[in-house]
Amino acid sequence: MNAPRSPWRDARARFARNRAARWSLWTLLAIVLACVVGPGLLPHAFDSTDWNAMRAAPSWANGHWWGTDESGRDLLVRCLMGGRISLLVGVLASLSSVALGLAWGATAGFIGGTTDQLMMRVVDVLYAIPYLLIAILMVTVLGREFYLVVLAITAFSWMDMARLVRGQTLSLRRMEFIEAAHAIGVTTPQIILTHIVPNLLGVVVVYTTITVPAVILTESVLSFLGLGIQEPMTSWGVLIQDGAQMMEVAPWLLLFPAALLSLTLYCFNFLGDGLRDALDPKDR
Amino acid sequence: MWSYALKRLLAVAPTLLIAIALVFFLLFSAPGGPFDSERVVAPEVLANLQAKYHLDQPPWRQYLHYLNNLAHGDLGASFRYADWSVNDLVADALPVSLAIGATSLVLAVALGLILGILAALRQNSIADHFVMLLSSVGSVIPSFVIGPVLVLIFAITLRWLPSGGWNEFEPRYMILPVALLTVINVATIARVMRASLIEVLHSGFIRTARAKGLPTHIVVRRHALKPALLPVVSILGPLAISSITAALVTESVFSLPGLGKLIVNGAGNRDYTLILGLVVLITLIVVLLNLLIDLIYAAIDPRIRY
Repeated sequence: MNAPRSPWRDARARFARNRAARWSLWTLLAIVLACVVGPGLLPHAFDSTDWNAMRAAPSWANGHWWGTDESGRDLLVRCLMGGRISLLVGVLASLSSVALGLAWGATAGFIGGTTDQLMMRVVDVLYAIPYLLIAILMVTVLGREFYLVVLAITAFSWMDMARLVRGQTLSLRRMEFIEAAHAIGVTTPQIILTHIVPNLLGVVVVYTTITVPAVILTESVLSFLGLGIQEPMTSWGVLIQDGAQMMEVAPWLLLFPAALLSLTLYCFNFLGDGLRDALDPKDR
Repeated sequence: MWSYALKRLLAVAPTLLIAIALVFFLLFSAPGGPFDSERVVAPEVLANLQAKYHLDQPPWRQYLHYLNNLAHGDLGASFRYADWSVNDLVADALPVSLAIGATSLVLAVALGLILGILAALRQNSIADHFVMLLSSVGSVIPSFVIGPVLVLIFAITLRWLPSGGWNEFEPRYMILPVALLTVINVATIARVMRASLIEVLHSGFIRTARAKGLPTHIVVRRHALKPALLPVVSILGPLAISSITAALVTESVFSLPGLGKLIVNGAGNRDYTLILGLVVLITLIVVLLNLLIDLIYAAIDPRIRY
């Protein structure tokens, strides 16, 4: 006899069979762990100057494994500190935009009618506006604080989620198994909890893993254009911008942050694919 | 068809009005006015300046005033470049962005379709692997990394092309920016074309065409291509919007005097009217472009009836 099967156990088994997704998950966890504890363990501070090693190439000998920038600051520590900011912006902006999109889409889907039409018109209008321009405008007008960058990115990344959730909710409402549950006397909250939410959750989880790298990318673009996170604080976008300025004489300053950002985005892509295969029952 | 076009065109107006209002009132929530600077300005001068730009009136009056000017094709005066109107600045910058953008769009669509078709017809061939490699590279290595790397290879190491700058549409200066924008979009178009053509080739009417004894190239050209193009047309709209990001990065990497540079500079200078004008202009372009794409879609897909 096998252990009792639940949708989640099945999903976990399918995910575990996907080697690329599994490795991506471990790599991401390693990157997150390094960013969280790394700067505390390494002997350099992210904003202190090593006068003996200005713009030094990566080497084992002087303790700057990834080299230093033009002001003698250790690149590895700066990449990890930048990672904290980039990942934090990614997670915070994704969670808030997913929450907003979920609430908006589910409300529109459940209520339906004119409310639904109105709410989705709002989404259509926001969709037509080039979001990066508004994000640039928001950080210019309101300031370049960390939370404002998160807010600016959130404000224009929740519409996809809203559309997706509304569509799912609309089609779920008319499903036969929901009707059947009603017919055998399951209460509405019980139906929402045991049937609607798990069915939405797969889509939401998958979509969140797609949103995080997109948000990290947007933050990096803002920072790259000099409109995001400000000195002395840093993010991967800021580091890549600095590296691009110095790449003729110090290519490692571009190489390391770019590789770290690309690796992170790559892993999120594979993780998203793996989760979609695991959680989308239609693809079985 | 025509009534649908008219209906969609009418829907453009509220979208634009809301977008302008959103941006306009966002500017009003800004702490500090556009004339706050290190230099202390005499109160009378400040009052004159504010009167000149109608800043002494309530926001809704200013909004209506702006809309009125806009209806006459006037985007207002730049707060920073006193002798320039936003129209002048845009007139200088727009051709640069359009030249780069249009060239790379045509190239990306042409190359993307060819690569996508080759990859779909010969799965696991070199073309197929190339498309898959290109699209996985394009999806993880951001444009602001590919750009500097292109400069490093072709301008600094090989010294074939200038590393940036602009000289009256001289092609030498256009090659690298166009290449960067093309690389970014080619991958997406090729991947969508490949997937959609593979799906179409598996459908029943293609089997019928093959069963009639038609050679492959006629099956593809006469029967498979048109339905396979539909998904490609439908991603052109989102692609155009994401190309704005790419254009900003490209113009910043290669220091081109285009709209993107104008936006970044305007944001740095807090030039409110300039940014407002640019956002309005680009939103208008994007909305009209999407409308056009939807109409093309409706025209080539006989299943859509309005």
